[in-house]
Amino acid sequence: MTELTVTINGERRRVPGPATAQSLLEHLGLDPRGVVVELNEEIVRRPQLGDTAIDDGDRIEVVHFVGGG
Amino acid sequence: MTSTMKPAAAQQDTALTIGGHEFRSRLLVGTGKYRTNEDMIATLEACGADVVTVAVRRVDLNRTNEESLLHFLDPDRWFLLANTAGCYSADEAVRYARLAREAGFNDFIKLEVIGDQETLLPDVEGLLEATRTLVAEGFTVLAYTNDDVVTALKLEDAGAAAIMPLASPIGSGLGLLNPYGIRTIKHRLSVPIIVDAGVGTASDACLTMEQGVDGILMNTALAEAGRPAVMGRAMRLAVEAGRAAYLAGRMPRREIAVPSSPVAGMLDRPTP
Repeated sequence: MTELTVTINGERRRVPGPATAQSLLEHLGLDPRGVVVELNEEIVRRPQLGDTAIDDGDRIEVVHFVGGG
Repeated sequence: MTSTMKPAAAQQDTALTIGGHEFRSRLLVGTGKYRTNEDMIATLEACGADVVTVAVRRVDLNRTNEESLLHFLDPDRWFLLANTAGCYSADEAVRYARLAREAGFNDFIKLEVIGDQETLLPDVEGLLEATRTLVAEGFTVLAYTNDDVVTALKLEDAGAAAIMPLASPIGSGLGLLNPYGIRTIKHRLSVPIIVDAGVGTASDACLTMEQGVDGILMNTALAEAGRPAVMGRAMRLAVEAGRAAYLAGRMPRREIAVPSSPVAGMLDRPTP
């Protein structure tokens, strides 16, 4: 078990590794169906979440829909 | 319908169609700034909208147990129109649009590229650039713009599926400041015109629809009303009334009075 240091939504965080985008969402307690993930400014399509490795230093954005006009 | 009078104009109306989708209501509404999610849902129900806008934002990682908007907003019941609110460049708006589409509901985007923080007026150059990019990527672009017909024509030419000129600045509630500009856009363009932003109360919505536009999008007028759901009903009626009045065709304006009762047959006067 290694640890990775990544930036998620602008916050530096240490997360357990090795990690995929899917395992990262699980670690964060997020349901993949309700969010969209961007890895280093590239969208990770939902079916690819489990195959997308997260590396040390990666920048990840996790977004969802909120109220707006 | 308890009245024996048939709403003839309403019956003759066609459905609002944008990007091949037919919508029942000509009132589109935002989901921002409601005091509670319960208020929001009650208002959506009361106003009869079937298109509701949503924004794309970071998940708050420190409050992951917070129930998401989609817990309240059933995507099978309402058509989710994602926006690029808060974006100040074409690149940023395109990035938000791609994220929104990836959520998996539809390829519609309410495109905002803002040029000024104080007025939230659009950046026309960025808006055109983002429209071209997103249309090329297969998006159905509804472009939030100002009341300028030249920009509207360029947006239509760039492939926007609908043009959304403002009534007045976002969140201002100042109502329809330039009826002439809105009418001109409607006359000159073929794509649907949805007036977006600035409507404050029901009379604003009615007056806007009387210009002949295809619909109205509003948020703050509902969310900041004293009783949002009651205003939702008022707005539904106002949009319907304004649309029906437009289809009916208003009487001409005159500078002199014209009697409504016969001039002939008055007592003690010669027959004309």
